Amino acid sequence: MAEFEPKIVAFVCNWCTYAGADLTGTSRIKYASNVRIIRFPCTGRIDYMLLLKAFGEGADGIIVSGCHPNDCHYTSGNFHARRRWIVFRSLIDFLGIDIRRITFSWVSAAEGAKWAGLVNSTVSVIRDLGPYDDYKKIANFIEKEVSHG
Amino acid sequence: MENYIIQNGSLENLFDALVAGGKTMIAPRLKNGKILFGKVESFSEISQDFIQTAQSAKEAFFPRTEKLFGYTCSKNKIVLEDVDPEMFPEVILWGIRPCDAKSLVPLKKIFNWDTGDQIFNRRVEKTTVISFSCQQSDEFCFCTSAGGGPGSTEGSDILFTVMGTDGYMAEVLSEKGKQILDLNSGLFSKAESHTNKDQFLAAIPVRFSREEVSKKLASYFDSGIWENQSLRCMGCGACAFVCPSCACFDIQDESHGNRGTRLRCWDSCGFSLFTQHTSGHNPREKQSQRWRQRLLHKFAYMPERLSVYGCTGCGRCSRACPVDMNILQHLISIQEVDHA
Amino acid sequence: MDELRTRARELLESGKVQLVIGYEQGSGGKTRPAFVENPEKTDSLIFDSRCIQNLAVYVTKSEVRKKGRPAIVASVPVLRSLIQLASENQINDDTLVIIGITPGLELIEFKTLKEVGSFLEQYSLELDARDKEMICKLDGMEPALRWKLWMETLEPCFKCYACRAACPLCYCTRCTVECNQPQWLPVASHLLGNLEWHIMRAMHMAGRCTDCGSCANACPVGIPLTLLTRKIMLDANLNFGQTGPSLTSGNIMSVFRPEDRDNFIK
Repeated sequence: MAEFEPKIVAFVCNWCTYAGADLTGTSRIKYASNVRIIRFPCTGRIDYMLLLKAFGEGADGIIVSGCHPNDCHYTSGNFHARRRWIVFRSLIDFLGIDIRRITFSWVSAAEGAKWAGLVNSTVSVIRDLGPYDDYKKIANFIEKEVSHG
Repeated sequence: MENYIIQNGSLENLFDALVAGGKTMIAPRLKNGKILFGKVESFSEISQDFIQTAQSAKEAFFPRTEKLFGYTCSKNKIVLEDVDPEMFPEVILWGIRPCDAKSLVPLKKIFNWDTGDQIFNRRVEKTTVISFSCQQSDEFCFCTSAGGGPGSTEGSDILFTVMGTDGYMAEVLSEKGKQILDLNSGLFSKAESHTNKDQFLAAIPVRFSREEVSKKLASYFDSGIWENQSLRCMGCGACAFVCPSCACFDIQDESHGNRGTRLRCWDSCGFSLFTQHTSGHNPREKQSQRWRQRLLHKFAYMPERLSVYGCTGCGRCSRACPVDMNILQHLISIQEVDHA
Repeated sequence: MDELRTRARELLESGKVQLVIGYEQGSGGKTRPAFVENPEKTDSLIFDSRCIQNLAVYVTKSEVRKKGRPAIVASVPVLRSLIQLASENQINDDTLVIIGITPGLELIEFKTLKEVGSFLEQYSLELDARDKEMICKLDGMEPALRWKLWMETLEPCFKCYACRAACPLCYCTRCTVECNQPQWLPVASHLLGNLEWHIMRAMHMAGRCTDCGSCANACPVGIPLTLLTRKIMLDANLNFGQTGPSLTSGNIMSVFRPEDRDNFIK
């Protein structure tokens, strides 16, 4: 039986984390290949519903990462994002969504090693948690025919 | 059609026998503080003492979200997988009211007025309707004004009427009903010919004449009454969704990559975008026009085009409405006052 | 009651307002919103503890605004919604005449929204104790159990949007669920569609909800929506110090402080 390989979706900002991930590559640091990166101009652009969409399309884990506070390329985008993440994370946890599967971080353009470490630790955590079947079950309406009491 | 008697205790035995027979039993049960329809497996789960459930039982034949077909797109072709109506479960609706059973009359007309809706029809064929007549009513009920009554048999396969402490009278009204009787004949005994259920039914006075209202409505299209009546309407879909006869739906495709499903979902003519055209024009852009549509559709257009009224007087819309758009009061007002 | 009717009649007769939005006797022993344009008809207006529908939902409706300047009968929850609407530039001092009703059933007329704001300072928002207890209980549960409970609770939802319609702060002429290029939220009322809708709405209420409870009262299938809105309010208070609607402090999701702190960002 094939070992479970987590699918991780990463929502990252262009100016810091994406550049940081690029640095990881140019520094030839090896790290887990389970991540699919989605590039945003800024973490302030990340709609919180996108995280749920990722789970709904089969992601087992999510990374959300951007510039450190005070370093945002657009001055305040990450401040707004931080407020959003605080409220959203608490709300979805309240509803029973597994927030251990979502990692939020600040990774700057110079932190290539940090990015690699972040991805490796996230993949390891998700591998232990297993696939996110609970969410996939409700997202997979194709398998069921009707929804009623 | 023959009448039978079943003793109080045996009713539960009948229920258990039906469950054991592998059928899906849908009955009223308490959830979130309201009485809703849901799958039940034991007699004790069924709510007993209530006037009407919060939602109707139309989900058994017209689910709120239903797969019509699936599709897979590849290089130059699309493969469709139709839903297999033979896979629909055999359902028994237990404990619905005569006003709910009667809704099958308009629903069948709506889903068969042009091309017969195969999926709906198959679900109806696979559903057995076991109704219980009403001993009590409230101010929202008006089945007798809507061509029905607390003991009406329209749409039911078996109608039970409780007769004080002497058990239930069972009217077996169709082949499906007879099948259940035959499989459980030990629980039933023949009723005496003089057994009459009328004394055990709720007294529900007729409040308006739907023929008169229907005639009047035809001339009220441009009347100012619609605006007056609908100012407090907030345009939600609660009335349409709890109604047993409302059958408007939306078609949605939900796709994941190159695979997808076409779904049919409930919709309401009360929503502001219900008649929005892609051009941006909306022929019913005001709530008053949408409220007018609701009443005319049920009491004028449907009788005219389909020879059937679109309302069975269950009163759920009025009970569910957050701002008390009491449809009965509005209809009485239309009959009694000249609003032209 | 008489004072209210007299005042309503005066306002209509003087032409200061063209419409009075209040409450009248409804069916089933409940009250319902009433719209009085004729000064002779103000006797139908009532006010008592049954008047819980939030009338502020009507001040943003074009059909109501077209009638002219309205006066609104406003209990404390309605006043809070009006302040929140004002802070979002949906109404101003000229839009309407506010006939306030204190919890002691006294009439109090406000000349400006600022006066309403000051008046409300003495009625701090206290969240319902039972809901707070339930929220605590849920917070202490295993997440997997919480998930199961919420899936069961949200299952009856059939997307009638009565919660949205009843909420005075859901005034968007085109709601996000009505956008279909792309279809951002599923229209269908399967579990995923219901979950995404309720999360979306709760997030849109973050920092804006004034706890009138109209959403939960409107729900025809009894979904405990106030658990979600009150959870959001508790978070807004805990993390950003918000205590209620305000004309000056700005929406918690639109502003920020560099000193905001989290405990989970790596």
